[in-house]
Amino acid sequence: MPILETIGLEKRFGGITATNGVSFAVEQGARLALIGPNGAGKTTFVNLLTGVLKPTAGKILLDGVDITALEPHQRVRRGMARTFQINQLFADLTPIESIGLVVSERKGSGADWWRVVGGRAKITDEIADIAERFRLGDVLRERTAILPYGKQRLLEMALAFACKPRVLLLDEPAAGVPEAERHELLATIEALPKDVTVLLIEHDMDLVFSFADRITVLVNGALFADGAPEEVAHDPRVKAVYLGEELDG
Amino acid sequence: MSAVTATSPLADTVAAFFARRARWTPFEIAFWLVALASIWLFPTKHLILTETAILALFALSLDLILGYAGIISLGHAAFFGVGAYFTGLVAKYGLINEPVLALFAAGLAAAVIGFATSFLVLRGSDLTRLMVTLGVALILREIANRYSNITGGADGLQGVDIQPVLGLFRFDLYGHTAYIYCLSVLFVVFVVARRIVQSPFGLSLGALRGNPLRAAAVGIPVNARLVAIYTVSAGIAGVAGALLTQTTAFCSLDVLSFDRSADLLLVLIIGGTGYLYGGLIGAVIFKFMQDYLANLTPQYWQFWIGLVLVLIVLVGRERATGWTGYARAGLIKLFARAPSLPSPAGGGKGPAAVGGAAPDGH
Amino acid sequence: MLTVLFDGISYGMLLFVLACGLAVTLGLMNFVNLAHGAFAMAGGYIAVVLVNRAGLPFGLGLALAFLFTALIGGFLERTLYVRVYNKSPLDQVLFSIGLVFMSVAAVDYIMGSSQQFVQIPSALQGQFNVFGVGMGKYRLLIIAICGVITVTLQLALMKTRFGSRLRAAVDDQRVARGLGINVGAVFGITFALGSGLAGLGGALGAEILGLDPIFPLKYMIYFLIVVTVGGASSITGPFFASILLGIGDVAGKYYVPTLGAFVIYTIMIVVLIWRPQGLFARGVSR
Repeated sequence: MPILETIGLEKRFGGITATNGVSFAVEQGARLALIGPNGAGKTTFVNLLTGVLKPTAGKILLDGVDITALEPHQRVRRGMARTFQINQLFADLTPIESIGLVVSERKGSGADWWRVVGGRAKITDEIADIAERFRLGDVLRERTAILPYGKQRLLEMALAFACKPRVLLLDEPAAGVPEAERHELLATIEALPKDVTVLLIEHDMDLVFSFADRITVLVNGALFADGAPEEVAHDPRVKAVYLGEELDG
Repeated sequence: MSAVTATSPLADTVAAFFARRARWTPFEIAFWLVALASIWLFPTKHLILTETAILALFALSLDLILGYAGIISLGHAAFFGVGAYFTGLVAKYGLINEPVLALFAAGLAAAVIGFATSFLVLRGSDLTRLMVTLGVALILREIANRYSNITGGADGLQGVDIQPVLGLFRFDLYGHTAYIYCLSVLFVVFVVARRIVQSPFGLSLGALRGNPLRAAAVGIPVNARLVAIYTVSAGIAGVAGALLTQTTAFCSLDVLSFDRSADLLLVLIIGGTGYLYGGLIGAVIFKFMQDYLANLTPQYWQFWIGLVLVLIVLVGRERATGWTGYARAGLIKLFARAPSLPSPAGGGKGPAAVGGAAPDGH
Repeated sequence: MLTVLFDGISYGMLLFVLACGLAVTLGLMNFVNLAHGAFAMAGGYIAVVLVNRAGLPFGLGLALAFLFTALIGGFLERTLYVRVYNKSPLDQVLFSIGLVFMSVAAVDYIMGSSQQFVQIPSALQGQFNVFGVGMGKYRLLIIAICGVITVTLQLALMKTRFGSRLRAAVDDQRVARGLGINVGAVFGITFALGSGLAGLGGALGAEILGLDPIFPLKYMIYFLIVVTVGGASSITGPFFASILLGIGDVAGKYYVPTLGAFVIYTIMIVVLIWRPQGLFARGVSR
């Protein structure tokens, strides 16, 4: 059974159809890249999947369960997490607190009002683990707002990862990251556990081809092409759509 | 500390960070010692000190939603009034005779109203919230006015007779019992509020105030949390109102007035929000100011309050209240960031680093 | 019942003249001016002084109330309000509340706290009896004046150059500036006009609404309701909202006296929840 599936997903804004009857399925552990020209509706699609937008038609299934009516935070509880194209962080909190927040929430103690936060070893250990994995160990106690952009981007992913999702949606994680810091980012993405299904939206084709075992192309809100990286790379229609852009791989 | 390769030391760092965050700082301890000492230091001023304590509690309740959850309310007096009238009525009709019990009940009553109206402030912009909260307060005032046969209307509730606290401490004319009573309640509620604010729940409030989109995206049920803190805040405001009725044995329409809500905002502006002590400090300053101005021009002291408001806004909230940043940094290291009110998107200045050290000060 | 309707309409139109300045300010500058009622009050008291004490004719008193209040408004806008435009809604609210407190206390000090009335010429007192419906002459005048104002405003907005500049600035300030429209001047003139109209409304409505130093506080919520329900992006929205509220309030108080006042508060809250941008607003998101 596919871990994530959409059936005829559609989103209309007045006269504009941003998502046009998208039906696709992703198997567990897949490394899927979602690409397409600007304005193809990739972020809208992710917003639909995560519940930020409600679809005009269609269904979303997570591990066979219909989640179309669920609120964003409920979907997170069910195992779907995302990162944002433009960093959405808690500017005034430190990475420790931000990650700690997500971990507490996940463990179900997010609403505990009588306990002091950070008292439990299990949680502090996990915060340390995640900080390690995302190379945030040296900036843990700084205010998020003053962190360098690359670190912020890592924190962006760390927060999503802290949700221990089964499906992780990464919306252009390399966006705006300077060349020098990209390496760190790439390595972190590649080191993600194998049982987590990752859906990556990206424009950076190097990243796409080194990461993905499957590529889906979205054009004008509709599924345009779908398959193994080599197939998609050599598909003439895809090349035509990306007029002028080189797809190497 | 520099980057570590083993997990253990990092985990220790994390644990230490949280432990330090929760500790009562020396300034806090000093603050409450002074507060306790005030009972003996100012024996003739207990009446005004009682009013100050009540105002401080009221301001604390607003800080919880304004400073921590980012909900702007122009009608918090609604819950104050509910608590006040509830207490007056149960005392008058002998329904609950012991004040502390009545206090709990009043808080509960106000919390219920808070819960009922919390859904109104979930949606909409800051402007919408301002108007909705204003509207609720006005409706309640209108109700109290309309049913003056029960509430006493503009003349106020007559015949309110308050029994001794815990059956032992009779309220006296000089406000001694009243002040100790109010100060104790203030301290107890403060400790509870401090716990709430330091808990995972409290942390999630800061998150959803700063970035509600991301908060939802990491699994925080934003609306549920807002309803919860709004309800708690309403309850505490109700307790403050109840204290007023109990210490003055009187209750009238002005507990629900717009002035009360507006003055409360001023109190929090002066003291600063988001670190719990702002309401307390602001209340003290406000009361001093009010006392001074009322002696100056008895009937028209509102004019000066208005002037202060205008000036504070013109000068800029951070600059006008910047000096309190030092107090804040000393009092609470943990909340040493975000010294100002939440700035809505496209709105005012972001939090300046006013005396607020980053939490890596060690 | 027709009398109730008539009274409601005149009340509503008065509300409109009073509140339209607020609506435009909110729509134009996204500024919550809770002190709007203070301008209405100023106009009322100016009329009192001019007509009652200086003995000027009623019509002239009204005109001067409009003029002086407009001047005050324009002055305050350029000196004070302009500094607060870019601040957060809370700051703006606090600022305008501060102004309200100051004006209330100042007027109390200068004019005393009792209710004041503008002397109406005898020609305007009494009623006409039209088809068995009693129509107060004064109320008829209100409807007439307010009607003319409404039509003039709508025409000015739609047909004049200033009107189109104003509409452009309301729609998108940045683009309007980019097109060379002097948005600052538009703000200033509009604010002055809005305040002037409020002043006129205050003078005109003293007879019906009463005039005392706490007028701004008493009626603040009414203006806010008009703007909430009617939206801030047009003139027609607040107009219909005012009529609706005027009739609702008068009818409510007449037919269901105990609950009359709650009608408008409830309407406001319901509308705010259901349609945060107002019942009549276009679907323009802000």
